[in-house]
Amino acid sequence: MEIRGNIMSIIEFRNVTKYYPNYHHIKGGIKWFLFNLPSALSQLKNHRFQVLNNLSFEIKEGEPFGIIGKNGAGKSTMLGLIAGVLKPSSGEVIVKKKVVPLLELGAGFHPDLTGRENIILNGVLLGIRRSEMMLRINSVIEFSELGQFIDQPVRTYSSGMLTRLGFSVAVHTDPEILLIDEILAVGDLYFQQKCKETIKKFSQKGTTIVLVTHSTEDMRDVCKRALWLDSGTAKKIGSPEEISQAYLKYLGFS
Amino acid sequence: MNIWYDQLIELTKKELRARYKTYFFGYFWSVANPLVLALTFYFALKMVMKIQIEDYPLFLISGLFPWQWVANSLSGSANIFINNVSLIKKLNFRRELIPLSMILNDLFHFCVSIPIILLFSLHYGKPVSFSLIFLPVVIVSQFMIVYGLSLAISSINLFFRDLERIVTIILTILFYTTPVLYPHTYLPENYSYVIYFNPMSPVIILYHQLFLEGFVQMKFLFLSFCYGVVILSIGYYIYNSLKWKFAEIL
Repeated sequence: MEIRGNIMSIIEFRNVTKYYPNYHHIKGGIKWFLFNLPSALSQLKNHRFQVLNNLSFEIKEGEPFGIIGKNGAGKSTMLGLIAGVLKPSSGEVIVKKKVVPLLELGAGFHPDLTGRENIILNGVLLGIRRSEMMLRINSVIEFSELGQFIDQPVRTYSSGMLTRLGFSVAVHTDPEILLIDEILAVGDLYFQQKCKETIKKFSQKGTTIVLVTHSTEDMRDVCKRALWLDSGTAKKIGSPEEISQAYLKYLGFS
Repeated sequence: MNIWYDQLIELTKKELRARYKTYFFGYFWSVANPLVLALTFYFALKMVMKIQIEDYPLFLISGLFPWQWVANSLSGSANIFINNVSLIKKLNFRRELIPLSMILNDLFHFCVSIPIILLFSLHYGKPVSFSLIFLPVVIVSQFMIVYGLSLAISSINLFFRDLERIVTIILTILFYTTPVLYPHTYLPENYSYVIYFNPMSPVIILYHQLFLEGFVQMKFLFLSFCYGVVILSIGYYIYNSLKWKFAEIL
C-alpha cells in the first residue's frame, strides 16, 4: 500500500455524476413530441434518473481492479465512461492509455461474416491497422482454438465460441487497459480457465485490468483491489477479500 | 494514412457482404433493380400514356440509376445506427464511418452501373462528349447531399423512431417532384422555380444533360455543389451535437 503513491494512476474518476434523461418519452415519436412540445421538453429536462452519484476513485497503472455490485448499480455505465462511449453529466473521467473493451458474446461481430473476416473487422475497429492484423490473424485463430469453424459465418457459432473469438481478438490488439464485463461467466470451464490465465499474464506484463463481475471468486482470483458499487456510489473500496466479505454479507450469504 | 481509413474500408466491405452475401450478386441486383424500374415506367408512360420524350429509355435510366443510390442510402439511413448497436455501445471510434460505409457501398454500385448508361448512350447515337469530365463533380455533389441527409436522418431517428416512416413518404414525394421521369423543362412556367428548392433536382438534371445532351449548365453544377456543401454541413452539425447521446439511448 505504501508504494501506491509512486505509481501513476491510469484511470481517474473525479466527482463523476451521470444522469440519463428519460428518453422513453420521445419514443412516442416526432408526432407526439411536436404536438406536446412544452410538456415534452420539460419532461426531458426534469425526468431523468441518476446512475452514478459523485463517484471518485482511481485505478493505478498495472493494477488489476475489480468492480462488483448488484444489477443496475451502474457498472455498465462506468465501463461505458471508461471506454469513452459515454460522457459524464458532471465531473471528470480521465483515461490515460488505450482501452480495449472485451465485447460480450461477440457483440460487434457481423453474423454473416466468417470468423476470419470478423477478426479483421474487429481488430481494425479496436484500432489495429489492417496490415498488422493480417500478421496476427493466425495467432488469433490459434488462440481461439476454433479450428475449421473459423471459415464459417459466425451466426453458426455457439455463444461459447463467440466469446472465444471475441476474447482472442481483444488480447491481440495491444490493450493497455483491458475492460472485461462478465466475460468469464460464458464459455466452457476449459476456456474460462484459459481466459483467466491470459488475463493474469497480461496483468503481470503491466496491462491494467478492469474486471466487472458478479463472482467474488473470480474477483479474488484476478484482482488486487476492488470497488463495491451500490446505487451509483462507491460503497467500499479495498482488497478483494474485504470487498467480497462485505458484499456477501450485505447480500445475506454469510 | 489513419486508422479510420482501414476502418472505413472494412466497414464498407462488411456492408457489401451483409447486404448481398456475395460481391457478384451485389452488382447484379444493383443494376437489375433500376433496370426493371425503368422498364416498368417505359411501359406505363411511353407505351400506355404515349409520352413524347426523345430516347425515353436512355432518359429513364440516366435518371433512375442515380436515384437508386439516393433511395437506397436514405432509406437505409434510418436504422443504420440501430443495426450497429453493439459497436456503438462498446467501441469508441468515429461513428460517422457507419453511415459513410453504407453510402460508399451504394456509390460503388452506382459507379459500376455507369457503363450501362454509357452503352445506352452509344446505342442512341449520343456522342461521348468532353463534358463527361464534369461527371465526377456531379457525383461528389450528390455524395455530399446524400451523406449530409443520411447523417441527419440516422442521428435523429435514434431519438424519434417514427422518422423512418416519414423518410419513406418524403422519398416518394421527392421522387415524383424531382425531374426523374420527365424533363424539368416540362414544368409549367409558373412552377418552374420549384426545382431550385429541391436539392435533388439539379443533380438529376445534370445527369440527364450529361448522358443525353452532352453538355452541362453551369448554374445547375454550381447549385448542386452549393446544396452539397450546405446539406453536408447541417447534417454533420446535427450528428456532431447528438453523437454523445447515441450510447445512452440505444
